[in-house]
Parts: sequence; structure tokens; C-alpha cells
Amino acid sequence: MARIDLDLAHAYKPNPQSDEDYALLPLKMAFEDGGAYALLGPSGCGKTTLLNIVSGLVKPSQGTVKYDGRDVTALTPQARNIAQVFQFPVIYDTMTVAENLAFPLRNRGVDAQRIQQRVGRIAEMLELSGQLDVRAAGLAADAKQKISLGRGLVREDVSAVLFDEPLTVIDPHLKWQLRRKLKQIHHELKLTLIYVTHDQVEALTFADQVVVMTRGRAVQIGSASELFERPQHTFVGHFIGSPGMNFLPVRREGDALVVAGRRIANGPVAAGPAGEATLLGVRPEYVTLAEPEGAGALPAVVAQAQDIGTYWLLTARAGDATLRARLAPGQPVPAVGATAWLQVQGSHTCFYKDDRLVAQGGAWQ
Amino acid sequence: MKPVNQKAWLMILPVVLCVAFSAILPLMTVVNYSVQDIISPERRVFVGTEWFKQVMRDDDLQGALLRQITFSAAVLLCEIPLGIGLALAMPAKGWKSSAVLVLVAISLLIPWNVVGTIWQIFGRADIGLLGAALTGLGFDYDYTGNSTHAWLTVLVMDIWHWTPLVALLCYAGLRAIPDAYYQAASIDGATKFAVFRYIQLPKMRGVLMIAVLLRFMDSFMIYTEPFVLTGGGPGNATTFLSQYLTQKAVGQFDLGPAAAFSLIYFLIILLLCFVLYNWMQRIGTVQEGEEVSHG
Repeated sequence: MARIDLDLAHAYKPNPQSDEDYALLPLKMAFEDGGAYALLGPSGCGKTTLLNIVSGLVKPSQGTVKYDGRDVTALTPQARNIAQVFQFPVIYDTMTVAENLAFPLRNRGVDAQRIQQRVGRIAEMLELSGQLDVRAAGLAADAKQKISLGRGLVREDVSAVLFDEPLTVIDPHLKWQLRRKLKQIHHELKLTLIYVTHDQVEALTFADQVVVMTRGRAVQIGSASELFERPQHTFVGHFIGSPGMNFLPVRREGDALVVAGRRIANGPVAAGPAGEATLLGVRPEYVTLAEPEGAGALPAVVAQAQDIGTYWLLTARAGDATLRARLAPGQPVPAVGATAWLQVQGSHTCFYKDDRLVAQGGAWQ
Repeated sequence: MKPVNQKAWLMILPVVLCVAFSAILPLMTVVNYSVQDIISPERRVFVGTEWFKQVMRDDDLQGALLRQITFSAAVLLCEIPLGIGLALAMPAKGWKSSAVLVLVAISLLIPWNVVGTIWQIFGRADIGLLGAALTGLGFDYDYTGNSTHAWLTVLVMDIWHWTPLVALLCYAGLRAIPDAYYQAASIDGATKFAVFRYIQLPKMRGVLMIAVLLRFMDSFMIYTEPFVLTGGGPGNATTFLSQYLTQKAVGQFDLGPAAAFSLIYFLIILLLCFVLYNWMQRIGTVQEGEEVSHG
């Protein structure tokens, strides 16, 4: 177990010139000992590269990786004593399930009795006990992936366990079970876990801290509620949430804000410089139906109203901008084509300049 | 009752015709010869299994069969490990891998009789590089006179000619292993040998099976190269089955015994391939039955 400090950048090409040449732009971050982390982002954002750098499969082109303050940048995964589970199941075809689980221990010369004990315990955790003597090659994909997970967890002295989208091949109902299992294992073993995924639900339910990444950059590190309530970057607002945050161009005129050609009240702050253009961000969850001409509300023409099961999703046009709203059950749903007044200004409203959060709480300072 | 549409049989008619004309009819001609004594084009006598009995009791044939089996076994024992080793040593990426692939494949592009001629000259003690070198080193090397030398020369020639095929097949098998396996092995702390034993070798099982079958069949039917190199001699030290058959059928024009022997030859290859194939299949899946019972 270890605290992991990263201060690095990585490019697969030699002599990177522009930002596009980097798989990972310069970043500085720390994974605390015993924490459960998720690296979340779309495909190609650099999350797997970051994970492979942590494990030692990839050597960063610049900077260092430190475990508990010790520089391990040049060390192999084995010397770092790290465990990693990959996206697709990797099993040793000719071995039984038990031999597969024992393999990492056997390679490190652990004595037979201890191996048997550990394998038994891990198999029990992952519900593989009944299949220990079966050849791994003939099993289904999800059982194989459980073996891969087991091999990642079988050593107790590892610095950290890294997961690279490990549940991709697993059936949805089993996904929930396994994710719960991993959380449970995290609580029991107090290992540092880093979990790569592009699925926000997976990231937010698994991890205490989620690192949101895009285009080789870690744009925000925070808990689920921080990412939801205060996205530090428009990408986080857009990527987290279903659907993502609404962004409307906004201008300030005196002590009022101009959104979609309409003046609405600013929050309780002193008036600042006028005319500055930026973006107003508000989550669909916080866009509510308002009284006509209400303070902080916009008139919008309803383009679509969808029943999503537990809520109604309203898509409306306010000027050039599109607004989405999640209406709580029981609320009247406006008809398509009708004009609805939608509340965009409130305590959950954020303001962005150059994609970065500049003000929140509905008050643009 | 479900209606039965017999017209569907027409769909397989082209295949049936192709197979009939390319395989079954020629084979039946051989079967026809093998049970008759053809004295002249007009006169023929049905002799039943007499040719088969005669051929089976033939000492020369038994000798050729024994030499053939020993030769094929030696070919497999040398070429398969060598091919695997070569494939493991070949570079995986970049211009080097392309260059090595071309170099390795060269011997496969040479016609059989040219291979025989090359080695005939190569092995000569007066002007051949191999023969002169061995003689210079003090060996009494003479592949035309010494039957052991002749046999070994034919074996080395076959290894030189065909190991690249095994190597190329293994190389393809190795390249098909996803990187994640090597990464996982490195995470699990596996040694190089463990990586070979538990990842590379099992993953090459499919291509190795093809390599073994191809090399077995080809070496069991070897004809041109030893014919050119040694002509089956000295004595009959390098007379393998197909050469023996040719002597019978073309040299002596004993069509009946030659046909009977052809059939036996064909059945031996079929049987040995069947045995090899099933044995190799079993290696990987010994506990299949248990898996089913475990559910």
C-alpha cells in the first residue's frame, strides 16, 4: 500500500511539439493511500495511458512517478509490486482456476500453504470456489474476468490495484454485483484502488474521488457531488449527468444578465465590468417550470417532451440556445410547441469563462 | 406434416461433381487396378486381395516404410522446435521484421528439384561448400557412398527447406497474441520461460497443429529432393515410400501391386494424420469432460 504522486507528461511520439502530440499533458496529482479512485473520460482521453504509467507498463516521457515519496519511474511493474486488471480477460489457458489465481504468488515464491489460503479466500470472495479445479480456458467470459480480478487481488501486500475498464465484458446484472464486491473488498482490505472507466455511473458509484479526463488533461478531481454541483470545467458539466449541463451564452449589462436576448437578475453581488461574454451553466435537474415573467426564468418553446420512466425530459429552444429540463414526476408537462417559462437562474447556476468555472451560486462576481 | 423440398439437393450438385471428378473417380481407378491383373489392355483378370497381400509381405516395402516413419519423426522433432525458436527470435516490428520475413521465406520459394540440385553440389567434397568444409575439418564426409551420411544430408536438406514454414506459421501465431497477455504476465511477475510455457506455447497450439500436420504429410510424401540428391541410394538407404512406389508403377509397370500399395500409402497417411490431430487436440483439452460435469 502506498501513496502515489504523479508529476509528469507523456507523448508516444518523440519530440512532441503541440498539445495534440501529447497523450498526457503535464499533470500533477496524488492518489492517497487506501483511497478508491476512478479515472473517467471518453475513449482516447489518456486514462489508460495514465494507468499504465502508474503501473510501470509505460514509462512517462517526462517527469516522475513516486510511491510513498520514492521515485519508481524507472522500475518495472514487478519491482513496483503493483496489480493490474485489464479490459479483456487474460487467463492462462493451460492452468486451472486455482493455478491461475496462485500464479502471481507462485512467481514470487510464496509458500504453498499461504498460497492455498489466499486462493481459497479470493475464490470465496469472487464466488469461484466451486470451480477451482476446472480448467480456466473453458469458462465463460465473465468467469474468466473474475479470475483476472482475482489475480489482481490475490496479493495482499501490493502498492495498489489498478483496473482498466474491467467490467466491459460482464453482463449488466453481474456488473452491479461485481462492482459492489470490489467496493466491499476495498473496505475490507484497505487497498489503494484506481479504476479506469468511461461510464460515469460506474465511476461515481465505485470511487470516493473521480478524476475526469479529456484530451490528455485531468480537468477535475472530486467527489460525485462536487462533480455534479460544481463542475470546474465545461467538459465535466457536459460529461457528467444524463443529460449533461445546459450551457447558455450570457452577457452582463449593469447589474443584470442577458441570456437569449432577455434580461434576468444577477445574484446578490456588486455590479462588475459590463459587456463581458461568457457561459451560464445549469443542470437539467435544476431547470424547473416557473411563473411567466418570473425572476431568473426564460421563455422557451418546447421542442420535445420524452417520458424517460421516472421523469420527463423536456427539450426547449430559448432564442438560439437549447435547454433541457428534467421534470419531477407529478409536474404538469407542457405540450410540444407551447411556450414554457424555465428557471435558469438559481443557487445551482454556474458561470464559465474559457471553459473554466469563474462563479457559482447564481451570482456572477 | 412438414413439407420436404428435395430440390435442395440440387444445390450441392456442383460440389458433388467437382469432388467426384477431382478425387473420387481417380481414386476409384486406382481401386479398380488394385484388384485386377492387367495383362494387356484387352485382357484383365480379377484377383481380389492378392496384390494387397503381396505388397504387405514385401520386405523392400517394409524397409521403405520403416525408413519413412523414422525420417518423418526426425523431421518433426527437428523442425518444430527449431521453427518455434526461430519465430521467437524474429523481430516483431519495423523494417527489421519485414526484412527477416523475406530472408526466412527464401528457401520456401525454391522449386523442389532445384533444392535437390543445390544440395547435391553443396555436399560435394571437391567443389561443394559443405562437403569441402567438412572434409577440410577432417570428417570423412561422403553422402554418395555412406548411407548414414546420405540419410543425414537428406534430413538436413529438408530442415533447411521447410523449417521456415514452421517459423512463419509460429510467427503468425505469436503476433496474434494480444499485448494484454504480456502486460498481465509482467504484472504477475512471470519469468521469460513462464511467459513461453503458459502464454506463447498454448496460444500457438492452433498453428502448431497445422505445422505438424503439414510437415508430417509433406515429409511422408517426400520424393523429388532425395531423388535428385541421392537417387534413393546408396543402396536403398534413402529410398522412401513414394520413390519405391514410382519404381514399382513407372519403372516396372506393375500396375496392380502399385495401385494396391498406393491405397495402403494413402490409408497410412490418413490414419497417422488422424492420430496426430486427435492427440494434439487432446493435449489442450484433457479435462473438457470435467468442465461439463462442474457446469
